[in-house]
Amino acid sequence: MHEQSISQMLDALDRKEYSCEELITHHVDRIHQLDEQLNTFITHTAEQAVTRARVLDTARAKGEAPPLAGIPIAHKDIFCTEGVKTSAGSHMLDNFTSPYDATVVEKLQAVGAISLGKTNMDEFAMGSSNENSYYGAVKNPWSETAVPGGSSGGSAAAVAARLCAAATGTDTGGSIRQPASMCGITGLKPTYGRVSRWGMIAYASSLDQAGTLTRSAEDAAILLNVMAGYDPKDSTSLFMDVPDYTQALNKPIDGLRIGVCQEYFGQGLDPDIESGIQLALKMFESAGAVISDVTIPASQHAIPAYYVIAPAEASANLSRYDGVRFGYRCESPADLADLYQRSRNEGFGTEVKQRIMVGSFALSAGYYDAYYRKAQQIRRLIKDDFLAAFKKVDLIIGPTTPTPAFKIGEKSEDQISMYLQDIYTITSNLAGLPAGSFPVGFSQGLPFGVQIIGNYLDEARILNLAHRLQLETDWHKMSPEEFS
Amino acid sequence: MIVDKKVVANIAELAQLEILPENMQEFVDSLTDVLNLVEEMQSVDTNGIEPMSNPLDGVQRLRSDTVTESDQRDYLQEVAPETANGLYLVPKVIE
Repeated sequence: MHEQSISQMLDALDRKEYSCEELITHHVDRIHQLDEQLNTFITHTAEQAVTRARVLDTARAKGEAPPLAGIPIAHKDIFCTEGVKTSAGSHMLDNFTSPYDATVVEKLQAVGAISLGKTNMDEFAMGSSNENSYYGAVKNPWSETAVPGGSSGGSAAAVAARLCAAATGTDTGGSIRQPASMCGITGLKPTYGRVSRWGMIAYASSLDQAGTLTRSAEDAAILLNVMAGYDPKDSTSLFMDVPDYTQALNKPIDGLRIGVCQEYFGQGLDPDIESGIQLALKMFESAGAVISDVTIPASQHAIPAYYVIAPAEASANLSRYDGVRFGYRCESPADLADLYQRSRNEGFGTEVKQRIMVGSFALSAGYYDAYYRKAQQIRRLIKDDFLAAFKKVDLIIGPTTPTPAFKIGEKSEDQISMYLQDIYTITSNLAGLPAGSFPVGFSQGLPFGVQIIGNYLDEARILNLAHRLQLETDWHKMSPEEFS
Repeated sequence: MIVDKKVVANIAELAQLEILPENMQEFVDSLTDVLNLVEEMQSVDTNGIEPMSNPLDGVQRLRSDTVTESDQRDYLQEVAPETANGLYLVPKVIE
């Protein structure tokens, strides 16, 4: 049953092939058997999950089951979950049990999805390999020596290993799409503001967006239907109607205009990834799509702009961790300054502290204009380039990552080379555009994805094209041997 | 921009972050590397470009001025390291 899609699981539950309790217990058992080697979970909620499954079985017997009753999911440990530890992968929050639920958590719970636990992640979502977690690195189910990507590495690896049907994630610079690509699954980052950020621990507020890690575009559509929508608790969430994303999945792609982003096919791109994407383009073309070249010249400045804006906003957001109201407090502080400074030094990991330093520098007196303001101006140039491109095409295609998953330890000592991992993903965060990664091949035995970027609020069209790809290819159905 | 220990110590103070002497060089190097990485921005002509903080240039929605939250102080303070009588306790500030 763990190879089934969400809609297959729902059908099977409807036909009484198995109960919610059986479905959940099956996945809980898999986690117990298999997760020790992968380290995808920080916290297990097996007991609560089984209890909830029994309640939903009773509801189903009465014909009162909510639409996703019994679907086994997991939440990235960045989403607050009432009564359950919410750590953000940090020592700082190792002792933190959230007093409330994130809106995303609440919405998925309301439709009957059952959380099996909280997934591992780079500390405060800062990282591209899941090696920056207080709870240890996560291993890629396709190769135990490879990283799963990050920062939603635990979510991606858990879905790829069939430990849950789907998982939530967050994407500030590629943290859903990059691990999805490296683990051979489907990852969708919606338009900025499409999904509420309430209860999602903040990293860089003007870039952060919640999304889905699933095994197919169809499953992503099913989850996004639930997660998307205005939330009065998040002032940046969009006050707009949410379409039914599953309705658009099967639309013909005849006449669809696809742009190939020239800047994404330069130096450093793995040749297997390049040819995998060319194959996908040929397939789209034979299905009636019209392919042309587009160019986003300002994207060459995306990495510098991102590594100013994200640390700057992080330095402000993370100032709340001071050892006073919640989270880690150092032993016997001498005075208030010692309490703040030592709690923060001992509670945060190295990468987080380094980003706080960069951000505090960029926002400090005398440097604000040259760094933060400049980066915000570049952001608009990137957005304008995309808007010009979207006058000519409906969707933009490129690779998700320059290479397949790298080895654990390979880049952990080289901060800048780790930062360059995000080269193809961060432009859509800076512009606020929706984008997804969908499996499209293997290089050196490791999976990789094609990235599809859409215009604002055009998630449905991204999923439409991805669904077409997944009807005609089997990449998304492949599972790592040990976890099949 | 030359980053030295003095610059790092100053920023660390602004960020309320203790930096141990044995970690100082690591922070100098990391800040130097990142500032070198982002230096390229300065070559971009951004004259007259409005900075962008919200991708959809969103505006704040107003709501009616009514009470929507109840008092949950005790519940919310359960996660605090140290409280007394509804107050957060910190080391003595005034001698």
